[in-house]
Amino acid sequence: MDMTFAEKILSKYSNLKEIVPGQIVTVQPDHLLTHDNTAAIIQKIKPEINEYGIYSKSLPIIVLDHVIPASSEKTANNHKIIREFVKNNKIENFFDVGNGICHQLVIEKGLALPGKLLLGSDSHTCSYGAIAAFSSGIDRTEAASLLLTGETWLKVPKSIKIDLTGFLNPGVYSKDLILHIIGDISASGANYCSVEFHGNVKNFTIDDRFTIANMGIEMGAKNALFFYDEVTKKYLNQIGVTDSSYNPINADIGAKYYKELKYNLNEISPVVACPHTVDNVKSVEEVTNIDIQQCLIGTCTNGRFSDLKIAAEILKDKKIDSDVRLLILPASKDIFEKALNYGIIEILVKAGGVILPPGCGPCLGAHQGVLAPGERCLSTANRNFKGRMGCKEAEIYLASPATVAASALFGKITDPREVIDK
Amino acid sequence: MKIWRYGDNIDTDMLFPGKYVYTCSIAEEIKPHLLEDLDPSFSKNVKEGDIIIAGKNFGCGSSREQPVIGLKAVGIKTVIAISYARIFYRSAINQGLFLIECPEAVEAYSDGDKVEIDMENGKIFVGNKTFIFPKLPEQIIAIRDAGGLLEYTRQKLKKR
Repeated sequence: MDMTFAEKILSKYSNLKEIVPGQIVTVQPDHLLTHDNTAAIIQKIKPEINEYGIYSKSLPIIVLDHVIPASSEKTANNHKIIREFVKNNKIENFFDVGNGICHQLVIEKGLALPGKLLLGSDSHTCSYGAIAAFSSGIDRTEAASLLLTGETWLKVPKSIKIDLTGFLNPGVYSKDLILHIIGDISASGANYCSVEFHGNVKNFTIDDRFTIANMGIEMGAKNALFFYDEVTKKYLNQIGVTDSSYNPINADIGAKYYKELKYNLNEISPVVACPHTVDNVKSVEEVTNIDIQQCLIGTCTNGRFSDLKIAAEILKDKKIDSDVRLLILPASKDIFEKALNYGIIEILVKAGGVILPPGCGPCLGAHQGVLAPGERCLSTANRNFKGRMGCKEAEIYLASPATVAASALFGKITDPREVIDK
Repeated sequence: MKIWRYGDNIDTDMLFPGKYVYTCSIAEEIKPHLLEDLDPSFSKNVKEGDIIIAGKNFGCGSSREQPVIGLKAVGIKTVIAISYARIFYRSAINQGLFLIECPEAVEAYSDGDKVEIDMENGKIFVGNKTFIFPKLPEQIIAIRDAGGLLEYTRQKLKKR
């Protein structure tokens, strides 16, 4: 029987020859990602950890990234509890404050590999589809159970095939494509489904694929995936992972899809997701001239080197509008370092940017860059929910790094094609 | 018993604001902020046995179990929605909060209708209409019957 990627990988991990959508299977993931929420997770199972120990010290990946550096005594104490847990249990993969955002580190450190299965107590765990892994978000309680037993259940998802043709035009990026798709199929358009990207994807770098897979959850997807190809292979080689250390999984040619969608990349243009849902997507022309008070370039969606470089190219030798704050949030320490070495950070600072430590920063509204009532923020993040950045009377708009950088120059939403190559 | 009626895409920030995620994790800390940015009257007036009726994609957004822990703690009997976001749905199973996916029942409901649930037989009565909702898979019922995922896991560990 021909199978989709999700069917094939879940059949492998459940040791079942044939599985069908809707079936419940038991799997043992290769890794379990948790972050600052690890403190709350281990609190739930203290007696069990003492009695039985954790399932394996190589299963967890723990990253301190959500509220860093600590914003209060309580968050500081959470970090302390996590560090002690890591030491006592000899956790192999731990990344302390300042290393970066969990999803970036999982990919950058070669912990997500083609054909592997990862679960994490964060909704954007679906990002590792960028590297042809199956990955999905779970909650804290399930993470606690996995820490103890190493296994959980998954429902075999239906699959959606998205076929891409053509090429993106200048000024249009992977962020515009994924926002366009979410606007098209809605915030629940891929609920419970595995989304596979097919067709002309060879021009999409791992950074581009990361942005798209990361936002799979914003259309409700269980996972969103780009298949292993030369681009994946080259990236993994660069980070020191040889192709003998993984076994990619491809969908079969005759696999059955629940839905098949086609997009011509030439027809995609810069877009903005307007408040307060990610599927409220409008062309940049429709929202041009809306005043903004804060710009954010970074996060797990768009905080990579290529994103900062695009922003720097637009902001070089220029100053942002005096009524705008521009916050820059590199996704990891390595990205930050590389951007420093290439002079990109200097350009962004000279233009008026404020550099935040590699982490989740203002994206979740817990600290750093919280908005005031009536303010608008144009952000490269993945969510614009009401209250997301700490204030329910503020508005969040989502766009590509180019659109955000161009808009920072004028203090209002601006079409990036107006400033590129000028 | 009160019915709380909400629309589509009720996200995890509306159900429980992100700013409290790393400072509130137990029921008593969660309750006062439940649905704070969606409906400030909810946490003050909700009573044991109340029901939420909502539209599409209830619980979309973050992996955030505080809303589930909170709704269970204030005594919400069930949520009836057109559809749920998957992490929220799993979270409800893990906490033993009963969710019903039944678009027909949601569409049939109008303000003031009496709503009753027959959990055993999978039936919802809205006004004078009856709707059937599908049974959960056995593995999921086992987790619910154990009293949630952690209890289920504890029992499994004891048997080893």
